[in-house]
Amino acid sequence: MQVSKICELLAATIICGEEHASAKIERGFSSDLMSDVLTLDTDNLLLITGLCNLQTIRTSEMADIRYIVFVRNKKVTAEMLALANENNMCLLESPYTLFKASGLLYQAGLNPVY
Amino acid sequence: MNLEFEIAGGDFTKAGYASSQVKKMLKQLGVEAHCIKNIVIALYEAEVNVVAHAYEGQILVHIESDKITTKIIDKGPGIPDIEQAMQEGYSTASKKVREMGFGAGMGLPNIKKNTDKLQIQSKVDEGTTVEMVNYF
Repeated sequence: MQVSKICELLAATIICGEEHASAKIERGFSSDLMSDVLTLDTDNLLLITGLCNLQTIRTSEMADIRYIVFVRNKKVTAEMLALANENNMCLLESPYTLFKASGLLYQAGLNPVY
Repeated sequence: MNLEFEIAGGDFTKAGYASSQVKKMLKQLGVEAHCIKNIVIALYEAEVNVVAHAYEGQILVHIESDKITTKIIDKGPGIPDIEQAMQEGYSTASKKVREMGFGAGMGLPNIKKNTDKLQIQSKVDEGTTVEMVNYF
């Protein structure tokens, strides 16, 4: 699923990494628990999360996750943005809940990790 | 090649800095991507553990042609029962740590999963030393 399609489905805004708008993502993982994110062994993944702090970006950097959508209207901080840009990440913000965002993406064909 | 980093206990703004530097270095050295991921996930978990539980710590990285050895030495409360700490779901993390998205009792088991050799030594009220080896 293309990043631009994800934006459309989730009424999301691209905060950084607009050059990735046409990139295709295979799977999604929804979690506010970074410990669980670090156990994944999946490439080309979209992280859907309501945990909006610097460790979300750090965790994604370590786990080679390039695409993150922050739900529940959480706002990315300047510090997070700088670290995301440094790592060539694409960050989105959506006003929807984690449940609604995950449901819409699953229904539209984004695959789960397991 | 040797690298050395200091870790400040309790400072979550810097947690992951050392792991990030090691990742960049391994990329420059041309180490295979999946191997880099295993190494940095284990190191990041260990780094977060020091920030979450200890007063201060140090990371010593030794890179050879066929392997990387990382040693994480902290001054802190130590682990009274390492076997228990290795069990998934066991955690003594504070509310603050959990708010950062950690403290689910997954750290040590995940370090084990991502390393080829793991040694943990700990003394209560003194600190913990974690030594990890990954082959390229």
